[in-house]
Amino acid sequence: MRSHLLQMAASRILPVTMILSLLVFYRGHNDPGGGFIGGLMAAAGFVFYALAFDTREAEKKLRVSPMMLIASGLSVAFISTLPALFAGNPFFTGEWISISLPFSAKLKLGTPMLFDFGVYLTVWGIMLTVIFNIMEE
Amino acid sequence: MNGILVYLLILLIAALLSPVIIQRGGRHAAWLLGLISAAGFAMFLTYAPLTSAGEELSLTINWLPELYLNFSLYLDGLSLFFALLITGMGALVLVFAGKYMQPYPLRHRFFFLILLFEFAMLALVISGNLFTMFIFWELTSVSSFLLVGFSHEKPEARNAALQALLITVAGGLAMMAGFIILGQAAGTLEIPLLLKSGDIIRNHPHYLPALLLILAGAFTKSAQFPFHFWLPGAMQAPSPVSAFLHSATMVKAGIYLLMRLSPVMGGTPEWKYILTITGAITMLLGGYFAYSQTDFKKVLAYTTISALGILVLMLGIDTDISIKAAIIFLLVHALYKGALFMIAGLIDKSAGSRDLRKLGGLFRVMPVAAVAAIISLLSMAGLPPMIGFIGKELIYEAKIGLPDIGNFLLLAGVLTNVIMVAISLALIFNLFLGPLKYPGEKPNRPALALRIGPMILAFISLIFGLFPSTVAGLLLRPAITSIRPGIDTLKLALWHGFNEVLLVSFITVAAGVALFLLYRKVNPALTRFNNEVITFRFADAFNKGLDFFLSLTKKKTALVQSGYQRYYLIAIFIMTSALAWYQITYTWNEPAFTIISPPGIYELLIVALIVASTLFATLARSRLAAILSLGTTGYGIALLFIIYGAIDVAITMILAETLVLVLFMAVIYHLPKFTNFSSKMTRLRDAVIALSAGGFMTGLVLKAGQINLNPKISEFYNENALSMAHGKNTVNVILVDFRALDTLGEITVLVIAAIGVTALLKLITKKGSAT
Repeated sequence: MRSHLLQMAASRILPVTMILSLLVFYRGHNDPGGGFIGGLMAAAGFVFYALAFDTREAEKKLRVSPMMLIASGLSVAFISTLPALFAGNPFFTGEWISISLPFSAKLKLGTPMLFDFGVYLTVWGIMLTVIFNIMEE
Repeated sequence: MNGILVYLLILLIAALLSPVIIQRGGRHAAWLLGLISAAGFAMFLTYAPLTSAGEELSLTINWLPELYLNFSLYLDGLSLFFALLITGMGALVLVFAGKYMQPYPLRHRFFFLILLFEFAMLALVISGNLFTMFIFWELTSVSSFLLVGFSHEKPEARNAALQALLITVAGGLAMMAGFIILGQAAGTLEIPLLLKSGDIIRNHPHYLPALLLILAGAFTKSAQFPFHFWLPGAMQAPSPVSAFLHSATMVKAGIYLLMRLSPVMGGTPEWKYILTITGAITMLLGGYFAYSQTDFKKVLAYTTISALGILVLMLGIDTDISIKAAIIFLLVHALYKGALFMIAGLIDKSAGSRDLRKLGGLFRVMPVAAVAAIISLLSMAGLPPMIGFIGKELIYEAKIGLPDIGNFLLLAGVLTNVIMVAISLALIFNLFLGPLKYPGEKPNRPALALRIGPMILAFISLIFGLFPSTVAGLLLRPAITSIRPGIDTLKLALWHGFNEVLLVSFITVAAGVALFLLYRKVNPALTRFNNEVITFRFADAFNKGLDFFLSLTKKKTALVQSGYQRYYLIAIFIMTSALAWYQITYTWNEPAFTIISPPGIYELLIVALIVASTLFATLARSRLAAILSLGTTGYGIALLFIIYGAIDVAITMILAETLVLVLFMAVIYHLPKFTNFSSKMTRLRDAVIALSAGGFMTGLVLKAGQINLNPKISEFYNENALSMAHGKNTVNVILVDFRALDTLGEITVLVIAAIGVTALLKLITKKGSAT
């Protein structure tokens, strides 16, 4: 069921989904969005791609294996809990720093964002692992 | 204290790097590892003046302070005493292992494990929090499991390792429960604070359960009756491990725990009776079995059991003198047992056997090692001028004049020591004196790396015996005062005048010599008696019990797990709806269900759509139609979420629904044609179940609107999301900040599920391709 039209659409849509999913992930702290939704969106893009081509092509496009995403996601989530220990706070306390950018903008970075990014990667990897595996059947 | 933390890290890094060091470092690489351990010994020695001045050092890194969980270190006289034992013995064992393990192809793995073992044990004794201690306690169990089963191609080694692991970890889990009770009672798990709240704990209503649970941990770890049987099995481990495990680590962990908690939990009648009786039985049992063994290592293993019994007994007696005796005997035992296990390994290596009946006259081949062995054996027998004599005299002194069962304890102690004297003499005469006897090729002179450990340990046994006061003030007294504050003087001497103790000693030695003279006649008979009459073996019984348990679980699993998903779902739905229905109608005394606000036109429309698509799904004639209509249901619910303002949930729902739909589409392609499997009856059954499950859910939702268990929860999040967690999206803030631990748990569960799916599918594909 290869469709040239579908393949064209999938390869154009994939980067858009990725950017959108990162955007949704980033705005999550203040607006609807977040790591879980972002991860699902990123996975959706790749699943669409896999439908149009096949799972092997999609994995090639992904460059790392979905298991790698899972592993790095869990590690990032876990590591994000550690800075609190070094700051002398209990495990899992959110630590924030604020970086001043030009044009008087401010970038607030915190371990919860890092944690959320871990969730993003993990969810992305889990969905792809499960779906790719089943699709390959 | 930071120095100690850094040293722990260095030891851990050394463990991680040791495989590389051993593989690339040439023949003497193990000396480097020994040096790292010796450096730790030297560093801990610099703390000795501090602790002997009565100072205590501690360091706390907060982890989850709300649950009293912290990473804490604590160093007082007792911790320091153990830390010195572990690092000192570790250095000698590592050097010994460098030579001993040479023929083993997996020796780099061995060094990693034994350094990890040393790290775990060291961290255990300087933990300042009971949970930190518990973590390292279990790490010693796990690393010793891998060490005991190191020769994993042998089934006996695997069995022994599994047995040791199951027993010590089961005890460890009981101990954890005990720690939790202790923490509840005292309001802290920090050891320095616990040490001050002994009275609160001893008068707490849950004192006895806590004591029993903690004793379960200590007794299993320290091989007390009736858990003693794993220890002789553990000698399947290579000799360096046995030397380490018996002298300074693992089995001493239980003793350390008892000593550590003695000021907190000790002194009550329960403590006294349980410890003295268990200790006395273990002591006698170990002695009896040691006497009838013919394998050198087995003799040593059983004498360790006996020695551990003596230590527990001394802690149970719980007088000033018995605590002194316990600490000194601990040192005595570590010194001679470490040396003797290394010598057992060395004899095995160079003469090709450990069987006492096949060996003899080894003094001619290995004079230096033989002298070290003889000194250590004399210390074991408790003869002067070794430090073993001083230890034994103190033990007698502690037992003489005790009330209640004191006379029985004294008699049991004398009997045990008589056996020890006989065993020591038998080993000396059998192994080293007389004509040369060996089964294999002519024994070669053992290498320096094999001899140096026993030599140093034997030398220390002798020097401490001759000049006991050198070690007493600096190391032993601080350790004793950590257990029993207020003991200021500790005078040790070989000669303490003519008194009852000396008389008992004379009797012991005389009886011991007599028993030794009978050794050759009695020993074979005893061995036969043990093999034929005492058929009930603890280790065998344990294995049988384990097998029975496993077959029972298999039967139970076959009964409960049918393998059909529909039955699991039916069971889940019926149970959940029945239980929840009961809860809703009978136990919540609230008014009947009320609808809070009348639904608007949009809501009604969406609900109608959901109901219609659900009905369509059940009646559909093709898979595709069923799946699509199920998808419509999901999107309809997402719309409801949007109407009620739960945007995040709605987006998640839509995305998940989409992915599931896509997944179904991918699968459907491969499935056989849609046929109607279910009969009318099963459809009816399913309808009833579905209605009851749906009905209970509706009831629950309606009820939930009325019941406000804690109205402040959502308000709290709304108020604090921005100020405390810097985020305006409350849902997201809850997920990543307030309840991040839950989220971490959830994604971990998801990961496990994903791995499970992968494994299952891979398994099916493999099976499919094989047929």
